[in-house]
Amino acid sequence: MKRKAQLLQGNQACSQGALDAGVRFYAGYPITPSTEIAEFMAEALPKVGGKFIQMEDEIAGIGAVIGAALTGVKALTATSGPGFSLKQELIGFAAMTEIPCVVVNVQRMGPSTGGPTSPAQGDIMQARWGTHGDHPVIALSPASVLEAYTLTIKAVNFSEKFRVPVIFLLDEVIGHMREKVVLPELSGMEIIDRKRTTVSPLEYLPYAADESGIPAIADFGQGYHWHVTGLNHDQSGSPTGKADVLNQELQRLFQKLDQYQEEITLYQTFDVEDAEYLLISFGCSTRPSLAAIEILRKHGIKAGVLQLQTIWPFPEKVIKEFTAKRKGVFVVEMNAGQLCLEVERTMDNREILHKVNKINGELITPQEIIDKVQEAVN
Amino acid sequence: MKTEMDKLLRINRLPHIWCPGCGNGIVMRAIQKAILEASLEQDKTVIVSGIGCSSRASGYMNFDTLHTAHGRAITFATGIKLANPELNVFVITGDGDGSAIGGNHLIHAARRNIDLNVIMFNNNIYGMTGGQYSPMTPHGKFATTAPYGNLERSFDICNLAQAAGATYVGRSTVYHVKMLVDLIKKGIENKGFSFVEAVSICPISYGRRNKMGNAPQMMEWLKEHAVNIKAAEKMQPEKLQDKFLIGEMYQGQAPEYTQLYDELIAKLQKGAEDNVR
Repeated sequence: MKRKAQLLQGNQACSQGALDAGVRFYAGYPITPSTEIAEFMAEALPKVGGKFIQMEDEIAGIGAVIGAALTGVKALTATSGPGFSLKQELIGFAAMTEIPCVVVNVQRMGPSTGGPTSPAQGDIMQARWGTHGDHPVIALSPASVLEAYTLTIKAVNFSEKFRVPVIFLLDEVIGHMREKVVLPELSGMEIIDRKRTTVSPLEYLPYAADESGIPAIADFGQGYHWHVTGLNHDQSGSPTGKADVLNQELQRLFQKLDQYQEEITLYQTFDVEDAEYLLISFGCSTRPSLAAIEILRKHGIKAGVLQLQTIWPFPEKVIKEFTAKRKGVFVVEMNAGQLCLEVERTMDNREILHKVNKINGELITPQEIIDKVQEAVN
Repeated sequence: MKTEMDKLLRINRLPHIWCPGCGNGIVMRAIQKAILEASLEQDKTVIVSGIGCSSRASGYMNFDTLHTAHGRAITFATGIKLANPELNVFVITGDGDGSAIGGNHLIHAARRNIDLNVIMFNNNIYGMTGGQYSPMTPHGKFATTAPYGNLERSFDICNLAQAAGATYVGRSTVYHVKMLVDLIKKGIENKGFSFVEAVSICPISYGRRNKMGNAPQMMEWLKEHAVNIKAAEKMQPEKLQDKFLIGEMYQGQAPEYTQLYDELIAKLQKGAEDNVR
């Protein structure tokens, strides 16, 4: 079926992306500015034979999602700042037990209750390290309504393929913004399902990975009688305290995504070829960055934008490649400077790094970026 | 030769971690016996547990088993049951896991009347962490965090489950095992939220501190202080003062949540969207 142009909200586009990626289970708790996702799912899921449940709290939302995922269904929950904080323990559980799930975080101002309807991008580090212990995680962040759709599909695919929780970092701007979009045809889209085991229940070792590093899963109810625990476990899934076994299992877990970094790394570039000044941004701050380089170029300043769609694992290679041989690098983000810490760590010529930040709930304007760049140029 | 009960155990995971005299093994066996008596299909039965001594039972039971985070077993179980209602879903929890950190989930699952079988192992104490008072430690009793006696009042967790909407509620003890099996089995047969409190004993972390003697003496205590709810009806209130009730506490009727959801799907898929709005 040919898809028509429509006026779509970012949160709705994310929901539609989840449906088209095969998500058939949603559990969550209402919270601004993510609630439209729950509302969309409540209406849409039962129509396609899926399930929606509004749980009693944020923790219950992700608990039910992980439980559902174990029966073989693709499952997603959505929240915002305070709820994202509450979900952290179980994000770690999903990482430890390698159960695929997607957690959408429509970022708002923090800390604490902060500004429920005010935008921010302050959960970058929490998305990576919010739960305790060394663990793998993927985080993607869209900068448009269309990307809210296409990257949600990527998020579901990644969670299925790599058996990791994927954090989808929307922000209040992209989540609540409406844009005219033509969604891509479903037929041309790659949809990935988790790898299921083909061995008999007697031979099944739930955490024995082949060279892919990703163990094959058995859906609950299929006779495999396997044990899932957040405790340190061996390949059979049984709790263990043996240091050598633990080291092996935790190293595999922590490094699980390393060999797939290239596949997971998604980004876009704008006018970077001849750019002397590079803006690095993501999510809603990409938009004033794009407006800024257009004006800067009119003033004879060669500027370009590197938009990170994948935030975690941090795209080190891309940063190294694109920050080399510039006169100035600017990290544009609506927080006090989180992504720039990673950029700083990664790039070779740190003395040309500048920060463009704002934390008052107002968008960064193109002029504010322009001023920073011009300051550096002079 | 393996017995029917042996098939439900992961024998290679034994010995278990429980202390000598602990009641948890008795409750675990009672659940397995009830599963056998109710002829539940092993492949279609899932055991979900939280964190604590009792919640380690899931690791020894030969089903699809899920040992979750502290207090959250019911939330995972809700996801499993809703996603695949053909599965028989059990929740194993302790008094701390289920009535403190997980108390909110307990009442809401009961309110939904989702078809879960929740068995709470009540030993009146946090055993795994070494004997801190729980919401089900009686007033005045001692714990490492109640060195001068517990100032708080304890829950009657069966009353709570019933008030929240559970459609089957029972209480037995690790002394009254036949009754315990029977109550769990009736809970299985109830199409809805079933809650069974299994009063257990913790000689090491609770009994010792409260001078209740060794395990056999604590068993004696259970025998002497548990009164069948039917017998209690004919007893004078003063005779019941230091007693607690066991037996079938409540049986009710209410629509079951996952069934309602499946009916909704069927209705919507027949193209009757407008009727349900």
